[in-house]
Parts: sequence; C-alpha cells; structure tokens
Amino acid sequence: MSAPTGITRATLTKDLRLEWRSKDALNSMLFFALLVVVVFSFSFDPNAEESRVIAGGLVWVAFLFAAVVALNQTWARELRNQVLDAYRVSPAPANALFLAKAIGNFLFVVVLEAVMTPLFIVFYKLHALGPAWQLFPVAVLGTWAIVVNGTFFAAMSLRTRSREIMLPLLLFPITIPALLSMVEATTTILVGDPSTSAKFWIVLLATYDVVFTTGSLALFETVLHAE
Amino acid sequence: MTDANTVRAHADPIITVANLVKQFGRFAALRGVNASFEAARFYAILGDNGAGKTTMLRVLAGLVRPTRGEVSILGHRHPRKACREFGYMAHPSLLYDEMSGMENLRYFGQLYGIADDARCSSSITAVGLDPSLERPVGQYSQGMRQRMSLARALLHDPKILLLDEPFSNVDIHSAREMVKLLAGMRDGGKTILVVTHQASLLDGAADEFVWMQTGQIIHRTRDRAFMETA
Amino acid sequence: MKKAFPILGLLTAVLLSYALYEALVVAPQEQTMGDVQRIFYYHVPSAWTAFLLFAINFLASVLYLVRRNPQTDRIANWVVMALAVLTCTGGYVFRSALPKDVYPSSVATTGIAIAGLYFLIRKYFSEQGTDILALTTAEVGVVFCTVVLVTGPLWARPVWGIWWTWDLRLTSTLVLWLIYVSYLVLRRFSSSGETPVLAAALAVFGALDVPLVYFSIWFFRTQHPQPVIGGGGSIDPRMLHVLLINWLAFLCFAFLVCWSRYRLERIQRDVEETQALEALLEPGGQVR
Repeated sequence: MSAPTGITRATLTKDLRLEWRSKDALNSMLFFALLVVVVFSFSFDPNAEESRVIAGGLVWVAFLFAAVVALNQTWARELRNQVLDAYRVSPAPANALFLAKAIGNFLFVVVLEAVMTPLFIVFYKLHALGPAWQLFPVAVLGTWAIVVNGTFFAAMSLRTRSREIMLPLLLFPITIPALLSMVEATTTILVGDPSTSAKFWIVLLATYDVVFTTGSLALFETVLHAE
Repeated sequence: MTDANTVRAHADPIITVANLVKQFGRFAALRGVNASFEAARFYAILGDNGAGKTTMLRVLAGLVRPTRGEVSILGHRHPRKACREFGYMAHPSLLYDEMSGMENLRYFGQLYGIADDARCSSSITAVGLDPSLERPVGQYSQGMRQRMSLARALLHDPKILLLDEPFSNVDIHSAREMVKLLAGMRDGGKTILVVTHQASLLDGAADEFVWMQTGQIIHRTRDRAFMETA
Repeated sequence: MKKAFPILGLLTAVLLSYALYEALVVAPQEQTMGDVQRIFYYHVPSAWTAFLLFAINFLASVLYLVRRNPQTDRIANWVVMALAVLTCTGGYVFRSALPKDVYPSSVATTGIAIAGLYFLIRKYFSEQGTDILALTTAEVGVVFCTVVLVTGPLWARPVWGIWWTWDLRLTSTLVLWLIYVSYLVLRRFSSSGETPVLAAALAVFGALDVPLVYFSIWFFRTQHPQPVIGGGGSIDPRMLHVLLINWLAFLCFAFLVCWSRYRLERIQRDVEETQALEALLEPGGQVR
C-alpha cells in the first residue's frame, strides 16, 4: 500500500520541478506582485503615522489578490490532458494530492509575500512598534488559511462555468474571519498599543487553520470524485 | 483466432453491469445496460457518437457514478475498490506534457506504490518506445503519446484494461502495433475492453464486438460484419 | 397534500395580518426610539427564520454527503445521537462554564432539536429529496437574510444617524448572507452531475465558518466599540409576545414558500428524468 506521505512528497516535488522548469508562471506572478504593491502605493500615500494604522489591511488585501491569481492556476496542469482522471482511477488517497497542492501553493504565495513585504516596508516607511516577532506566526497562519481554502475551492471550481471568478467568489466569504484576524493582528503589532495584544487573533487564526485543514482533508475525496 | 474461443472453457464473468442508467440533465447516456464480460477476452465496443460507449467505460473505471443500476468488477461492487486491477486510457493522454515519458511513469508509479525504475522502463519498452528519451511528452507525435499513455495504464500490471478511443488520430503503423500488443496481452490472460470507431483495426484481434446505440447494447457478435438497423 | 396547501395559505395570511396588527398597533411604544422601533418585529423574526432555514440546509447537506455511502451513514447516526446525549448532559454538568444568559435547558433543547431534525429529514427525504431540501432552504433563507440586512440599516439610520455599524449580529448575518449567495452561485454554475455534492461540501464549510465569524467580529467589537443595533438586555414581556407571534407567522410563511419551491423542483426533475429516458424514439437520444 503506497504511503500517503510518499505520494504527497512525490506530487510536491513534481510540481516544484515543473514550476522551476517553466519559470513563466513564477516570473509573471512575481512581476504581478510588484505591480500590486506599486499601485497600492500610488492609491494610498500616507505618512508614517497613518500608514501604521492602515498598513495591516493593505498588505493583507494585496497578499489576498496575489494569492488568488496564484491559486487559480493550481490545477491548470492537471486539467490539460485530463490528468486528474489518472489520479482518480489510481488507489492513491485524494487528500495526499490535496496536501501536496496546498503546500505547493503555500510555498508559492510565501515567495510572493517575501517579494512584496520589503517593498511595502519601503513605500510605507513601516516600522513595527509592537512585538515584531509576532508577525511571523500571523504571516504563516494567515497564508495557510488563505491557501488551504483556496486550494479546496480551486478544486471545486474546476468543472464550473467561469472557473476563474468562481474561486474568489467562494473563497472570500469563507475567509472573512481569517482576514479580519490577520488584519487586526498585523495592525495591533504595527501600532504597538500596549492595551491590546495580537494573541487572541493568532489563536483564532490557528483555530481557523485547524478547522479548515481538517474539513478540506475530510471532504476533498468527495469533491474530487464528484464526477 | 476465433476458433480458439470455442475451445476455451466458458469462464465466469469478471465484469458485470445490471440495469445501468446514467442521466446527464436531459440526456440519458445509458438506458438500462445489461452485460457481462469474461476474463482473458478482447472486447471491441462500437457504436455511433452518443451511443454511450465512453460513459459505460467511465462507469466501469469508477469515474462516473451511475444514476441507477449496479456494477461489479472482480466481485467488487464499487469500481474504486478494484482500482489496482484495471488500467484506464482515454483519448487525452492523461500525461504531463512538460515531463519526459520516464518521469511521467515514475510519478504515476508512485500512485500505485511502484518505486521501481526498471518496471517503468519495461512498461515503456513493451509499447515500443525508448525509456531513455528525454523529450517531453507534449512534443511527441499522437501515436507515441497514445503508446506512452498505454504504458502508463499497463504500469501496475492490471488484469483489466479499459481503453477509450486509443487509436484516435494515431498513425496506422502505431495503431496496428498497439493492437498486436493488446492481442498478446489478451493471450497472456488480461481482459481488454476497447471503445473505438475503427472496428476494422480490431479484425482478427478482438474476440467479440459489442454494438451500442442510444445508451443500450443492441448486439454482440464474434464477427465484425453487422447490418446496422436504420 | 394538495388540499392542505390552500387552507394553510389562508391560515398563514390571517396569521400574518394579525401579527402585523399586533406589531403596529398593539405592541407598546418603545421608550427611547418611538415607533421606529417597531421594525424590530420584522427584523428579528426574519433573522431567526433565516438561521433556522440555514440550519436545515446544513443538516440536509450533511445527510446528502453521508448517505452516499452506507458505512458513513451508520457512523453519522451514532455521532448525531452521541451529540444529542452530550448536549443534554453536558449542559447540566458544565453549568458553571456557560455564559450568563445561556441555560442548560436551552442547550439541551437545541441539541435534541437538531438531532430530531436530522432524523426527521433522514426519514422523510430520499437522497435526491435531501438535495432539493438543501436548495430550497438556501434560497428562501437568503431572502429572509436579505430582509434582515435591509431592515437593519433602515432601523439604524433614524435612531443613530448612520446606515451601518459593525454590529455583531448584523455583521454575522452579512457574512452568512455572502456565504449562502456564493452557495447559490455555485449551484447555478456547476455542472449538473456534481452540483449536489459540491454545494453540500460548501454548506458544511459555511457551517464550520459560522462560529469563527461570530467570535472574530465579537472580539473586533471589543477592540473597536460600536453602537449595538437591536438593543441588548431584557425585553418587555408584551413585546416578547408580539415578537413570538410574528415569528410564528414568518415560520408559517417560510414553510409555505419552501413547500412550493420543493414541489416545483421535484416536478422539474421528474420531468427531466422522464424526458431523458423516454426519448428512445429520437435518434441519438437527445431532447431539444
């Protein structure tokens, strides 16, 4: 019996290798990320004091839009030549595939965020007044929240009409609590108000991640085989 | 070739469908199909477009859930449970265009728990292709691509092969090679179901021709000659 | 069945008129807000009805997913029964841990009600019936939800001078509305074979999201205090009386609409199936 982790690893390595070979998708995504930051900077040009208050929201909205563009091509290679059928007829468990795709997307979006963050810091003269180390769990948990649901809904949208719009349409409502948490946590940390803490938001994000990762793993098999 | 069938003992059916109905909205692709298929036989499934051939094959492969009716493959009520015992191939190649043949088979082998390069190589050689070819599958000719797809379907040495239009747009030489290969596999004990429009290719290789029309099987014969009703 | 409908329709019309009369005339005038407050009798019952409908949608969706496979069906039965027992006993055992205005008896009743609804739906609806029930309750639920979202601001504007505040209940309702509108869009845009399964999966995700939505907005409001629409605190018993009458009227109305929609969908699907299977005379089996 093939180990699910083996399949996840094989799928992930394959995806990373293919992404690396044809760097077009990666390059165009990176450029898109840069563009998003620049456009936002033109639209909102605050001084350092104001920017700390709104940056939390801006950054995460920008990440969300970049993530959606990345998520939309999650299954693009599997759609060509009906490769998904080959997966469906095999004994491989569906959630091994899901996990591989989700992790791949996570790495992809993290790369985008790594490009966008320094630019935001520069354009908005950002400087965290609160405990900056807390930004790390916020970023990791928040990105996973977007990616895990995004990968799931991307799979749901595969055979729908208007596939590209279907993904954000399904994703945005469900991710609202996670978005709120990410934005509030980031703002709290940047503003550094001693009376509040980002801890509640981080815990809520962690809960959100656990709930929806479990839900996605449980339901992905059903969704993949929904004809 | 057909004389051998009279000598062979009547085998138990390993695939049966009973009252199979599949409805897509207002269109019924299958309207009560009843059939059984025996082991180590080569079946050609023929019929016009919309006859339900592809749908039936996809039901057998577990890719489509029937609206009503029952399927049994090697005693399993759900095709998914028998998934190690059959290989599936369709007109799209079910391969990644950006990887070479060997890389493709290595990956799909993982899905079946096969981590052995030698098995992948022998599968590719069996269909008459070169395992060391680095060229990505997307740059293959249609004939080569279908043969590589067959190699993928054969990789885990399944007892049953479900092939949907494997010879479409394939050059005549490759197609004949594939038919010879499949006949050899039938002789080796595999059960083969091929959906095709090109019945003439299977002359002399197929044990039985199954004709479908408007979602039902209308005729089964050892002999390809069949007068179609109006 | 067919005879019951007009009778129920008449009864509902009477009940609705009576409820309206109660709300506009009989109910006492609110101290601070005056007559504007009467929209409360429209706003709150709509919300309760919408939530009930969405709860039924969730149960129907779970049932649909679970019944595809006899094993999961059996397991789910045990899980639901266990949950019912847990809420009954747990409400009393953990009495001290409950929030201030939540009583063990209400926890127990909710648990039993949900389990009861689950088994009722399971008994009286076939596999396809569950899917139609999910569709129906989602559609009617969205309508009632829209009423809540419109009446909320209509109430807020004259009282507080603003159209919208991030009121906990109103914002939660907005998110619920967004989730279910996306549910309806998914149903419309997905290919017919997979629609029931995908929609059911989305409904489950939506249900998982609801508590998270509630908590996130609750904490947001403690950080950024905002006006509360709908007033907290206790309610005058005469107002409660009118509220409940209106809720009963709304429930009857919702039931009638759902029933009609259900029958309509059922007939449509039966016609489709008959047409599909009987088109034997058409060459190629296609029906235009």
